Amino acid sequence: MPIKTIRQAINDTLRSEMRRDSTVVIIGEDVAGGAGSDGIDDAAGGVFGVTKGLVGEFGRERVIDTPISEAGFIGMAAGAACTGLRPVVELMFFDFIGVCFDQIYNQMAKFRYMFGGKTDTPIVVRAMVGAGLRAAAQHSNMLHPLVASIPGLKVVMPSNAYDAKGLLLTAIRDNDPVIFLEHKTLYDTSCEVPDEEYLIPFGQAAFTREGSDITIVSMSSMVLRCNEVADKLAAEGIYADVIDLRTVSPIDEGAVLESVEVSGRLVIVDEANERCSMASEISSIVAEKAFHSLRAPIAKVAAPHSPVPFSPSLEDIYVPTAARIEDAVRATLEA
Amino acid sequence: MALQETQILEAYRTMRTIREFEERVTAEFEKGGIPGFVHVYDGQEAVATGACMHLTKDDYVGSTHRGHGHCIAKGCDIKGMMAEIMGRATGLCRGKGGSMHIADIDQGMLGANAIVGGAPPLAIGAALSAKTLGTKNLSLSFTGDGGSNQGTVFESMNLAVVLQLPTIFMYENNGYGEHTGAAYAVGCGDIAGRAEAFGMPALRVDGLDFFAVYEAMQEAVDRARSGGGPTAIEASAVRFNGHFIGDPQLYRGEGELDRLRRDSDCLKIFSKRVIGDKLLKKSQLNAIDREVAVLIDSAVEEGFAAPFPAESELLTDVYSNY
Ligand SMILES: Cc1ncc(C[n+]2csc(CCOP(=O)(O)OP(=O)(O)O)c2C)c(N)n1
Ligand SMILES: [Mg+2]
Repeated sequence: MPIKTIRQAINDTLRSEMRRDSTVVIIGEDVAGGAGSDGIDDAAGGVFGVTKGLVGEFGRERVIDTPISEAGFIGMAAGAACTGLRPVVELMFFDFIGVCFDQIYNQMAKFRYMFGGKTDTPIVVRAMVGAGLRAAAQHSNMLHPLVASIPGLKVVMPSNAYDAKGLLLTAIRDNDPVIFLEHKTLYDTSCEVPDEEYLIPFGQAAFTREGSDITIVSMSSMVLRCNEVADKLAAEGIYADVIDLRTVSPIDEGAVLESVEVSGRLVIVDEANERCSMASEISSIVAEKAFHSLRAPIAKVAAPHSPVPFSPSLEDIYVPTAARIEDAVRATLEA
Repeated sequence: MALQETQILEAYRTMRTIREFEERVTAEFEKGGIPGFVHVYDGQEAVATGACMHLTKDDYVGSTHRGHGHCIAKGCDIKGMMAEIMGRATGLCRGKGGSMHIADIDQGMLGANAIVGGAPPLAIGAALSAKTLGTKNLSLSFTGDGGSNQGTVFESMNLAVVLQLPTIFMYENNGYGEHTGAAYAVGCGDIAGRAEAFGMPALRVDGLDFFAVYEAMQEAVDRARSGGGPTAIEASAVRFNGHFIGDPQLYRGEGELDRLRRDSDCLKIFSKRVIGDKLLKKSQLNAIDREVAVLIDSAVEEGFAAPFPAESELLTDVYSNY
């Protein structure tokens, strides 16, 4: 089976969907690059090369470079989505949502409901999230809780290349707006990705480690750190369920509750600022619905209540570390 | 008003400082000593310098992701800047901002800005303060050709006209926004013309020519200080580097970069002009070159020697009370 990076898995999936469905178009800044220059077409293919090569096969009519006008082109994609196209629009760094939030939260998210169910809005908004690259306060945030709180949006956060493919296929074929969040530190991580088509349904978490001593819930790049901690504990004979939510809207409540009912212990790891995070959301779900299964207080490991700092010395402690996760897990086991 | 010799020397010092600073940042970045996303300004020195020379410490500048040159021209401390870019505790923003967020409000620098189109609204805000408080100060925002397409920029221009604010919109057209040509992304091809359509005077200048920028700014500054409202300036410029350090620049034509560096170097153009017109002597320029080199050397040395911020800094300055 071929081994692929997340970057490659997304690129291949976009290509196969564009071949299959001529209404799928890609829109964004520098998704091809090189327009209006003396250099080559496809000079960029996205900031990290995720859409590289697509303009060569599908042309500029379907791989549409935009001016730097997020409010305009995200709205354009929303308008196109309810009138016949199936856009995959790229917002580059998710922090730029600030520029075009109205188009996402007031427009695309609400069309179906406001219009009495008379429209589909099949749009995927791809964007990069996360800290770790010293990209500082306006290029590093995890804003998934913000969009996960909005009715009408679905929010997807793959942690590996296999899931990225299956989730992106589902996202493109879905008839609602989907926010597809790619962690920028994960692009080069790879795993086996089958060539054949498979769709991963939304709201279906994956167990990346299994064990009955404790439940660790996470998403996106934090899953890798949780796995690392689980493996270390396994060597000591302590076994954890590591649940990768994969989609944070909808949430696979069943998977979390079932696991907690067995383990009685829960640690949630989220790179977002802790206040109003997925960690607090999962914590509230479990407190409401599995209170009597708990044998220890729920623990949250998240980012502190601050913007993302630039300096390496601060960014490294801003992002939850494996050590912090391990401490929280051990404390919860002992509580 | 003709420039005095001391002013011309000062202009050269600023341009040379920016050039040396950026070349050194590039070199240190490539050696791995500087983290993050860094966009250098060399090639465009004449614009920042010609524009900011008219400003006092109490005028405000809003900048872009390519902000080092604007900061230097506005008078930010060189060592504090270098330390900031290195993420050190001694940096202008105590290491919390980095290259894309260098700011120093005390120097009238509202900050580099990692959100394209971020500066014009902030700059007209500073102009509103000046107008409301009756200070006679003004503001200046820098925006690239790419940034000129942002809705915030259009809204700010209209607001500035409606409220007759003492502000200047400086558009640095270096031909590219990231990997896309301005020839494609600026639909009408005429950034100054768009500003005119908003109802303000717009000037077009050769951004390689310090003197041309300085002159255009004189007109804009006089208008702003005398209550005449906003002005836009479109300065044609060149980017000597990629969008960021490490950009393979596949969008460039064959030999384009070599040609630009050879024929469109604003520092060479400046030197040739001031020596040719006998405004300055070569020896004066050489002396400045040496002083600047020493300054940048010590900024780098002190930057590397400075500590990183302590862990306790993570949760300071989130609010006024912590
Ligand atoms: C709102 C927003 N959109 C996109 C970007 C990504 N980005 C950073 S710089 C840039 C190009 C800016 O081009 P221009 O304004 O011409 O400035 P230059 O880089 O040429 O100085 C882009 C697209 C961003 N930082 N913010
Ligand atoms: Mg530009």
